[in-house]
Amino acid sequence: MSTETTPGPSPADTQPPVTSTRPVVQPGDRIFSGLAKGAGILILVVLAGVAAFLLVEAVPAFTAPSAEIPGGAGFAAYVIPLVFGTLLAAVIALVIATPLAVAVALFITHYAPRRIAQGLGYVVDLLAAVPSIVYGLWGAGTLAPASVALMVWLENNLGFIPFFAGPASTTGRTMLVAGVVLAVMILPIITAVSREVFLQTPRLHEEAALALGATRWEMIRMAVLPFGRSGIISGAMLGLGRALGETMAVAIVLSVSGGITFNLIGNGNPSTIAANIALQFPEASGLGVNVLIASGLVLFLITLAVNSIARFIINRRREFSGAN
Amino acid sequence: MGKAIDAKNLNIYYGSFLAVEGVNMSIRPKTVTALIGPSGCGKSTYLRSINRMHEVIPGARVEGRLELDGQDLYGPGVDPVGVRRQIGMVFQRPNPFPTMSIYDNVIAGMRLNSRKMRKDATDQLVEKSLRGANLWNEVKDRLDKPGSGLSGGQQQRLCIARAIAVQPDVLLMDEPCSALDPISTLAIEDLINELKMDYTIVIVTHNMQQAARVSDYTGFFNIEGTGKPGKLVEMDETKTIFSQPTEKATEDYVSGRFG
Ligand SMILES: Nc1ncnc2c1ncn2[C@@H]1O[C@H](COP(=O)(O)OP(=O)(O)O)[C@@H](O)[C@H]1O
Ligand SMILES: [Mg+2]
Repeated sequence: MSTETTPGPSPADTQPPVTSTRPVVQPGDRIFSGLAKGAGILILVVLAGVAAFLLVEAVPAFTAPSAEIPGGAGFAAYVIPLVFGTLLAAVIALVIATPLAVAVALFITHYAPRRIAQGLGYVVDLLAAVPSIVYGLWGAGTLAPASVALMVWLENNLGFIPFFAGPASTTGRTMLVAGVVLAVMILPIITAVSREVFLQTPRLHEEAALALGATRWEMIRMAVLPFGRSGIISGAMLGLGRALGETMAVAIVLSVSGGITFNLIGNGNPSTIAANIALQFPEASGLGVNVLIASGLVLFLITLAVNSIARFIINRRREFSGAN
Repeated sequence: MGKAIDAKNLNIYYGSFLAVEGVNMSIRPKTVTALIGPSGCGKSTYLRSINRMHEVIPGARVEGRLELDGQDLYGPGVDPVGVRRQIGMVFQRPNPFPTMSIYDNVIAGMRLNSRKMRKDATDQLVEKSLRGANLWNEVKDRLDKPGSGLSGGQQQRLCIARAIAVQPDVLLMDEPCSALDPISTLAIEDLINELKMDYTIVIVTHNMQQAARVSDYTGFFNIEGTGKPGKLVEMDETKTIFSQPTEKATEDYVSGRFG
């Protein structure tokens, strides 16, 4: 890549050597810097292209008269239940997967004997390699029917909590099950990221805690978790990104026939944006396509917002991050 | 506060590797004992066996007896966590918790004892410990700032404050000044002189002048060759070790003629 046309640092003999510590630029440095710059620009161009495509294709959905949008009540009424479904499924997945992933990562890095730790780490990585369609089939074919009894129990015993108000689904293809399937899908990525940061906890700080008389768990709370905090958040955000955008698993598992509801164990669930696009796209034409693309744009914005919030959280306590 | 330490025929292993062999050492309460010797002779290993930090390393173990005022630290049913609360440790590289403020660093050990303390009581403890570590005046206006923002010498004194906040009986220091500049080193040495009023102190040092300046007693460790175990060659009052040691090896080492 020959984008590097600016003259390099001028040779020392054309200018008086004011600063004698001018860095020497090797050809390797220049090539690498050119490659890095090129890759960075490429990413921006692709991103801008995607955004432009979404915007241009989405505009007709925003400008069309309400009656022509599916549902007949305008784009907002169409997309809001989908946004709700998307966020609900992703949040359920995150709430289940994050503590589990942190626990598994801690077990692998700080509790398990080395051989078991390696095996377990390998199994978790393998989970990441399973295609999402397989998770979908497992969720709809095995997990959903198996969970019916649990749903009934939840309705009867915890029905006072709005999440479990019922009536319980008889197929089990509920928001809760979709969330659990998503949780299993995002578990590996959160675990892998957490495990890496936990392993990087400086020995120095672990020993500082132990020497103060910390038990292993106290040492983890004092040294490992605070150090790994931003890593856990990054991992959770990566997982959330995957859960928000997951298509097939949700499309297969979730039985869709409703609008906004917090009832997680019923039959009438809002769909998610990604699953809705996958299900509707083959039959869509004309304005229908624009509407789906517009909902995709909304998903894009949600993901962007989620990532910005995560970055904000990570940066807020940078001073205390241990990076200095 | 300030208890005696007695090592009796202490052998210290890393797995099957015998790193330190047959240490017999009596350390009197409220004295400063310096451990000197060439690199790799097992000074750190021995020091870390005193507060049972040694066994944090997988496969590491100890044979023999180690007593704190007569209590066997390796006896059955003795919890290493409890031992470490009685015997504080300061490491070679300053290691305040980077995610905690200066204030929280000082009371980190206290929090572990999970005794609920009132705010004014912890405030007092923080001030007392920081004063005890000669750091109070430098940090009293920024107690809520991260400890990692301090200079190396200040960080090391913060670690000392953290260690003495739990009022241990013994303070172990593993080359506490080796990462510090001369001025900070002097500050720590002054501090050690004050701390021995209350604590029994064992300090590993590479610096012979430092051993001579701060310690009452000095133990010389040596090793015959790589792969051989380190041994305590002799231990005596510091002035004796530096003026008329019994062993030839000690004399060679303290006069800089070892090989
Ligand atoms: N974590 C460890 N695992 C195995 N051997 C070790 C470990 N730490 C130190 N040793 C060995 O123990 C011996 C003593 O080391 P150490 O106590 O660090 O010496 P010193 O502090 O006197 O320089 C050395 O031979 C060293 O290689
Ligand atoms: Mg050492």
